[in-house]
Amino acid sequence: MISVQHVSKTFRSGGTVTAALQDVSLEVAEGEIYGVIGQSGAGKSTLIRAVNLLERPDTGTVTVDGDELTALTPADLRRARRKIGMVFQHFNLLQGRTVRGNVELGLEIIGVDGDARRRRALEILDLVGLADKAGAYPAELSGGQKQRVGIARALAGSPKVLLSDEATSALDPETTRSILDLVKKINTDLGLTVLLITHEMDVVKRICDSAALIEGGRIVEQGRIVSLISTAGSRLAHELFPLGAVPSLPGDTVIDITFSGGSADRPVIAQLARTYGLDVSILGAAIETIGGNQAGRTRLALPGSPAGNAAPIRDLRSQGMLVEIVGE
Amino acid sequence: MIDPSAPDFWSGLFQVLLVGTGQTLYMVGVSLLITILVGLPLGIVLVGTEAGGLFESPFGSRRLGRVVNRVLEFIVNLGRSVPFIILMVALIPFTRLVVGTFIGPTAAIVPLAVVAIPFFARMVEIAIKEVDTGLIEAAESLGATRWQIVSKVLVPEALSPMILGLSTTVTSIINFSAMVGTVAGGGLGDVAVRYGYQRYSTIHMVAVIIVIFVIVMVLQGLATLLARRFAHKSRPARAEKILPALRESVITGA
Ligand SMILES: Nc1ncnc2c1ncn2[C@@H]1O[C@H](COP(=O)(O)OP(=O)(O)OP(=O)(O)O)[C@@H](O)[C@H]1O
Ligand SMILES: [Mg+2]
Repeated sequence: MISVQHVSKTFRSGGTVTAALQDVSLEVAEGEIYGVIGQSGAGKSTLIRAVNLLERPDTGTVTVDGDELTALTPADLRRARRKIGMVFQHFNLLQGRTVRGNVELGLEIIGVDGDARRRRALEILDLVGLADKAGAYPAELSGGQKQRVGIARALAGSPKVLLSDEATSALDPETTRSILDLVKKINTDLGLTVLLITHEMDVVKRICDSAALIEGGRIVEQGRIVSLISTAGSRLAHELFPLGAVPSLPGDTVIDITFSGGSADRPVIAQLARTYGLDVSILGAAIETIGGNQAGRTRLALPGSPAGNAAPIRDLRSQGMLVEIVGE
Repeated sequence: MIDPSAPDFWSGLFQVLLVGTGQTLYMVGVSLLITILVGLPLGIVLVGTEAGGLFESPFGSRRLGRVVNRVLEFIVNLGRSVPFIILMVALIPFTRLVVGTFIGPTAAIVPLAVVAIPFFARMVEIAIKEVDTGLIEAAESLGATRWQIVSKVLVPEALSPMILGLSTTVTSIINFSAMVGTVAGGGLGDVAVRYGYQRYSTIHMVAVIIVIFVIVMVLQGLATLLARRFAHKSRPARAEKILPALRESVITGA
């Protein structure tokens, strides 16, 4: 649905040159929620703004729903943008318009006439749970309500894609959850493809199907979360299941076991103890529900050296678990 | 010398004031209208043609945008720096060309509009610059054309400070209209000079001052009311924040 190919963008302001994006490529499949995570200054905003060409890349192509945006004339680009809704960290609502007026903005731009516009706006406000605030001005709303208006405005024109630039960063944790749930609901009910950027792993955990990690303008890791968690050495997986620093335990082997899907509810530890007579200690565990599946990571200490534990480790791996030896 | 104890003094005063006020309102009203019609787009183009602005490259030419910006910037600065009395005299040939004469209230409209347009354009520029660029992006992301961004985002969102700017403009038009009156004839300024100064009638002078004061107060009150109405108490902070900027620009002529 969204295809970003070899996109680079360099900013020159004054004497400083910033390579905000360097040969970035990513694919967002239809109907999925794709999260791009990275630290401040990593290039997240530049990336998402490149998707609807608010920021025109220096090189590379951007294709959304079959339209190669980077090749379109200004008029065609404007038309293509109607298929791409965008929500912003600071909401960007018109202060002089009511909630309904804000939602109608996109429809006015498209040229929907008054009555149909009003009906559509109220319908969308109902969807985002703000039907009772149609006549209020943005100044009278809470942050979460403002973001709902932002989402309603983005959805009014029935886009196929929703872009979200840190939509929840200005909100408290509880409001963040309710907004994320709304995004998930829109994704499921309307089949909308969502590309969101965030610096919070919780956002990715809660609603994303796929994720990419961006650092210094480059994508360093990307994929579907279910496969990322069974990829050895995946930094995203480590971020998803933080187990902290590895303790130093002389004489023991410390292993991280990542399991997902079927292996999640197997009695692993009991089995190790029974089959190999091992005295297993649990050092840490993180369990999450990702895409409706249980997934998690457990850190265990097995007595003896890694060589001495080769058999049980092989056994675990053969059961489809990802086993990484992290310390001894 | 006019004798205040003459039987027809007060009715005469009233008559003179009525005509003077009517002429002043006419001069100020028409020049204000022209000022809005020209100054508003001028202010918008001034902001838009700046680097990174909406009309940075009109017709695809960045160079044209820069040239337009420089030229308008120059004109506005010129208009704002020449003292009004000189501008007025210098404009006489132009006024003649447009109106056919340089005497009378209608002729006075020309220099008044000429002096007020750059003044108001600056106010519009300041007000529009205050509009959050995020709003422009939001409109762009919805597929808005540049014209739609101007008409649906920039102007409505800058309305409140623009109204306050307009009220400052009106005040200075009234101020200048009195000056024009002494040269071209007509209006309250003319009354003040002919009766108050040349014929030593203090009562006429005081009456003119009172009438002008009332007009200015009413207009400013109206503007403040409207500005507040359009600020949607959303950002009264915003209107108040920008007011010092406007005042400063009025004082320094920047
Ligand atoms: N218009 C611009 N002009 C100059 N430099 C810019 C511009 N926009 C972004 N940059 C630079 O590009 C880099 C990436 O910026 P970007 O806004 O994409 O980061 P980000 O990942 O969104 O950060 P944050 O989480 O703080 O929003 C930064 O170093 C930033 O300073
Ligand atoms: Mg950002």
